[in-house]
Amino acid sequence: MSEDVSKKNVKLARILLLVALGMFGFGYALVPLYDVLCEWKWLERDRPDAIKKAPEIGYTVDLNREVTVEFMTTLNESTPMVFRTEKKQLKVHPGEYYTVNFYAENKTDKAMVARAIASFSPAVISRYFEKIECFCFSEQTFKAKEAKTMPMRFVINPEIPEEYKTITLSYTFFDNTEKSVKN
Amino acid sequence: MSAVVVEHDHHADDHHDHGPAKGLLRWIITTNHKDIGTLYLLFALAMFFVGGSMAMVIRAELFEPGLQFVDPAFFNSMTTMHALVMVFGAVMPAFVGLANWQIPLMIGAADMALPRMNNMSFWMLVAGVLLLASTLFMEGGAPNGGWTLYPPLVLQPITVGKALPFAVFSVHLLGISSIMGAINIIATIFNMRAPAMKLMDMPLFVWTWLITAFLLIAVMPVFAGAVTMLLTDKFFHTSFFNAAGGGDPVLYEHIFWFFGHPEVYIMILPTFGVASTIIPVFARKPLFGYASMVWATASIAFLSFIVWAHHMFTVGMPIAGELYFMYATMLIAVPTGVKVFNWTATMWKGAMTFETPMLFSIAFVVLFTMGGFTGLMMAIAPADFQYHDTYFIVAHFHYTLVPASVFILMAAGYFWLPKWTGHMYNEKIGQLHFWLSTISVNILFFPQHFLGLAGMPRRIPDYAVQFADWNMISSIGGFIFGASQLLFLYIVIDTIKGGTGEKVSDEVWEEASKHSLEWTLPSPVPYHTWTTPPAIVPTEHVLDSH
Ligand code: HEM
Ligand SMILES: [Cu+2]
Repeated sequence: MSEDVSKKNVKLARILLLVALGMFGFGYALVPLYDVLCEWKWLERDRPDAIKKAPEIGYTVDLNREVTVEFMTTLNESTPMVFRTEKKQLKVHPGEYYTVNFYAENKTDKAMVARAIASFSPAVISRYFEKIECFCFSEQTFKAKEAKTMPMRFVINPEIPEEYKTITLSYTFFDNTEKSVKN
Repeated sequence: MSAVVVEHDHHADDHHDHGPAKGLLRWIITTNHKDIGTLYLLFALAMFFVGGSMAMVIRAELFEPGLQFVDPAFFNSMTTMHALVMVFGAVMPAFVGLANWQIPLMIGAADMALPRMNNMSFWMLVAGVLLLASTLFMEGGAPNGGWTLYPPLVLQPITVGKALPFAVFSVHLLGISSIMGAINIIATIFNMRAPAMKLMDMPLFVWTWLITAFLLIAVMPVFAGAVTMLLTDKFFHTSFFNAAGGGDPVLYEHIFWFFGHPEVYIMILPTFGVASTIIPVFARKPLFGYASMVWATASIAFLSFIVWAHHMFTVGMPIAGELYFMYATMLIAVPTGVKVFNWTATMWKGAMTFETPMLFSIAFVVLFTMGGFTGLMMAIAPADFQYHDTYFIVAHFHYTLVPASVFILMAAGYFWLPKWTGHMYNEKIGQLHFWLSTISVNILFFPQHFLGLAGMPRRIPDYAVQFADWNMISSIGGFIFGASQLLFLYIVIDTIKGGTGEKVSDEVWEEASKHSLEWTLPSPVPYHTWTTPPAIVPTEHVLDSH
């Protein structure tokens, strides 16, 4: 092949290699992009983790309606804890404030850092479920063998559409000790 | 001629003047596109049997309900490794092998643009696949969380053993190998074409590979990035996909399928190219709608970037997302339909003969269309909630991959082996291989539609008894299909060693030289070809578009 053509080949190969490297970066760029897209209002992404702390403002209680709220507790992989809820389910009126207690215990002889992640079903409920207080908002530190009773205070916005009669709320505890130490 | 002399002066190291080097070393250091093509094809054939044996383990275990032969973790390793070996070890390398052999021959180039890089891509592929295979012998076994490597499953101790980092590095090697291969193909097509050949004169095989190469460069790095994130999540405490650290496992699915959907087209576009090359020869007509074929290929490639989330309809996407991905996916059926129409129209009123390559190509057109239809069914988001993760989808993608990509690879073997070796294969055994394969592939995969609709999940070693009958039939089909492929192995070896003994003409197939350049060369193809580019190129295949 002539000198000329091999120069052209090497040049083109370099450009294409740069494109490939750029695409490797693009893969990583998808991470922040995903978060941005999920915040877009019109996408109406109903993310359970999108529930932020809400103030207690006082709604008109709708005594004619009843919604069943179910509570689930799970441990991720082999997180060495006990984790349960005081009530498996609760019948609530939209607009009224309730508190449910959760119980968690560190089974090990060492201090641990754990984080509970919430998840909803059906997901749209996240638009009507307001939490005033929750142990899931931040990481929890447990001393060796420590047990805690942790309240979760919530209200269901009375604007919730009629068809939602049962809501499932699930919490999973993740052992974050190693991660928190390393970070 | 003077150009040739200059070339030898300057690049004596790129080209051996007097044919191949002697001995085994030839195959290790070779930079000749035909040698490298052969290496790729033989490696792919070997991996086809390795991956195939894994499929036989799967079908043996599923022959009856209950656990018979293997434990569930190993079963899941088999489904995972079968997919990875077939995709990255068999189908993709086989098409790269065809590209190596055929692209320079078809565009009148003396070799690939970057011959030493070409050698490196091949050996890196071998290293990648060996690294992957080595996980089979590790404590805890090979990865068994599915070929999609979804977290958190794939990060859990029970599913990875020690294998995850090896699988990840293997993906890196395979990725680098295919990116180098793709760069080489693009450079060859753009810079090395015979001056007489315009882009719109190129055979469709060359066109489809050009577009596929761009897909590879665009998405292989994204996959490499995704698995790197898995690795850092597992060992370096990042939280890309870890909910506890603010990550989201669903993000992995998005990144994976941004790669994964174009990846399935990486396997099917060259398939389309080979089919568009073979069908006109045996229909003795120019390809119908050449230009529309090129545009259809390009639009399929473009669309493949914007439909990925049809693999994750059930993940809890917003309704706008479900609708968008549903309609975008359905759109792909349009250019795909154009292609099927064109192949059919090419055969219409053609003076057809039914040699083995043509038989496989016709079966491809029919059976691929079936896979396309089930794809359309699954594109309907609300319906996909029933089909997702059942045997229905297993049936879908096996119809698009086995009687499509794999059949066309077989067809390509029958079609070009006589050209490459100078020997004719045994037509009787070829036809036997075709009929056994076509009948058994349907016994194998058709019942899986019923199983899926009835609710049998994929990736399970055991199942409820109501699924027993169709599973047994499917397994029987699988065993026949597996055994029939030994015929292909026999034919390949036999043809290389001399075949029927009949001397093949340069053209091999009647009037083939009207369609593409390689048939104007002697059979077997000499070690060095097109050291002077051809002055005129056949344009029969583009006639219809003007
Ligand atoms: C008309 C064209 C096609 C359409 C509309 C289509 C649609 C789909 C959809 C919606 C799914 C996801 C199903 C689910 O997970 O519930 C899927 C899966 C799949 N398709 Fe297709 N498809 C098409 C063509 C192809 C082709 C040409 C190939 C490969 C050559 C292919 C390979 C696959 C594979 C491998 C999967 C499964 C991936 C996995 O989950 O492991 N498809 N297809
Ligand atoms: Cu797809």
